[in-house]
Amino acid sequence: MPALIEIDRLTKRFGGFTAVDDVSFTVARGEVLGFLGPNGAGKSTTMKMLAGFMTPSAGTARICGEDVVDRPVAAKRNLGYLPEGAPTYPEMTVSAFLSFVARVRGFHGSEAADRVAHAMRLTMLEGVRLQPVETLSKGFKRRVGLAQSLLHDPPVLVLDEPTDGLDPNQKHEVRRLIGQMAPHKAIIISTHILEEVSVLCTRAIIIARGRVLADATPADLARRGPSLEAVFRALTLPKDAA
Amino acid sequence: MRPALTIARRELAGYFATPVACVFIVIFLVMSGALTFTLGNFFGRGTADLQPFFGFVPWLFLFLVPALTMRLWAEERRLGTIELLLTLPLTQGQAVLGKFLAAWAFCAIALALTFPLVLTVNYLGEPDNGVILTGYLGCLLVAGAYLAVGAAISALTKNQVIAFVLAVAVCFLFAAAGSPVVTEFLSVRLPLLAEIARGLSVTERLGGFARGVVALRDLVFFASFIGFWLFANAVAVDHRKAD
Repeated sequence: MPALIEIDRLTKRFGGFTAVDDVSFTVARGEVLGFLGPNGAGKSTTMKMLAGFMTPSAGTARICGEDVVDRPVAAKRNLGYLPEGAPTYPEMTVSAFLSFVARVRGFHGSEAADRVAHAMRLTMLEGVRLQPVETLSKGFKRRVGLAQSLLHDPPVLVLDEPTDGLDPNQKHEVRRLIGQMAPHKAIIISTHILEEVSVLCTRAIIIARGRVLADATPADLARRGPSLEAVFRALTLPKDAA
Repeated sequence: MRPALTIARRELAGYFATPVACVFIVIFLVMSGALTFTLGNFFGRGTADLQPFFGFVPWLFLFLVPALTMRLWAEERRLGTIELLLTLPLTQGQAVLGKFLAAWAFCAIALALTFPLVLTVNYLGEPDNGVILTGYLGCLLVAGAYLAVGAAISALTKNQVIAFVLAVAVCFLFAAAGSPVVTEFLSVRLPLLAEIARGLSVTERLGGFARGVVALRDLVFFASFIGFWLFANAVAVDHRKAD
């Protein structure tokens, strides 16, 4: 099966500091990749480069075969991206915001309306469709960001902490939604919640100090130590502290 | 073009969803009216035209337009929405153009709302309405020039105060370059520079439009001036988007 996401020797340097250091991996259709690592490990930087927001210092990434550096617009068409913190325009209503994203993505008229309605149904936003985003709780804002990323039914989804700030019920719903879509898409999610990885992901990558330290199924990772958490700590803590 | 228009629509709606639109338009109308009738001596001049109004508009825009543009990109950075906007399938150029068009349309609305002045002067006398129309066109082009400068500067900094002060300073250079103080000073010392200064001055160009002259070279000047700053804006966004 061809890989929908190819990350090819991706590197990002800020001055003398290397945030992402020669990272390569691929994600195929049907895979849900959990992207794990301590804060500052380079998770968000990698995702920002994959989404075409940050320009890599070296290396590149391809989405459905389209290079994110050379053909950014074509690559972004196949991508649904939830940035860290799920930013949205605060003064817009949920439905106005989603309609705006639909129009930018090239949907018009009744098709745009159908897409927006469908995305709101998937993320259970119908009840707040006419509320300005700034009046919503953190969990709702996160779901607006998620709805925006699902609108065009993209083959590739990159979600930076999709369940951050959600209550346990909402977390469960979002996980169920991601699980439902998983067979048809290549999905990368970053998270701090290790149990989420065991439940949701078919594969996990642990990254620290910009380098990939482990790439295996969650079950395989967990077998390396007493628990997934212990393995995570052993891999990511500096040697002397561990 | 279509994505740029979609962005322009969203931006324009954004102005009216916040108090920005109301404050800007009210201040602009009050100031332009007050200056025209007091300092401009609208009634006392005994001429049925809008020369005083067209004389004050570029100086009003000098402060009001940077207030409009200072948040264009700085606000997107602060909210983090720049990451959302620039990961949608559009080019930086389309995003830049969309924001510019929305701000320009907004200035056009503000200018259009000064229509009572036109009615007044038509009631009092028989002005040349063609000259008034070209005067308005000139004002709109000056607004576009300031907007392009301000938007490009806004893309360079996260800080709205810096964006505002720098934009006023740069716009002031292009506004004052044609004023008698500058050109007289330069023509005594450096005649060549005086010519260049007059050539780069937006107020000098506006003078032509206000007299009813629509010269091709003035149109080319504004088009290339705006084009240059929009290009600089796209480059700035591309280089500094993730900072």
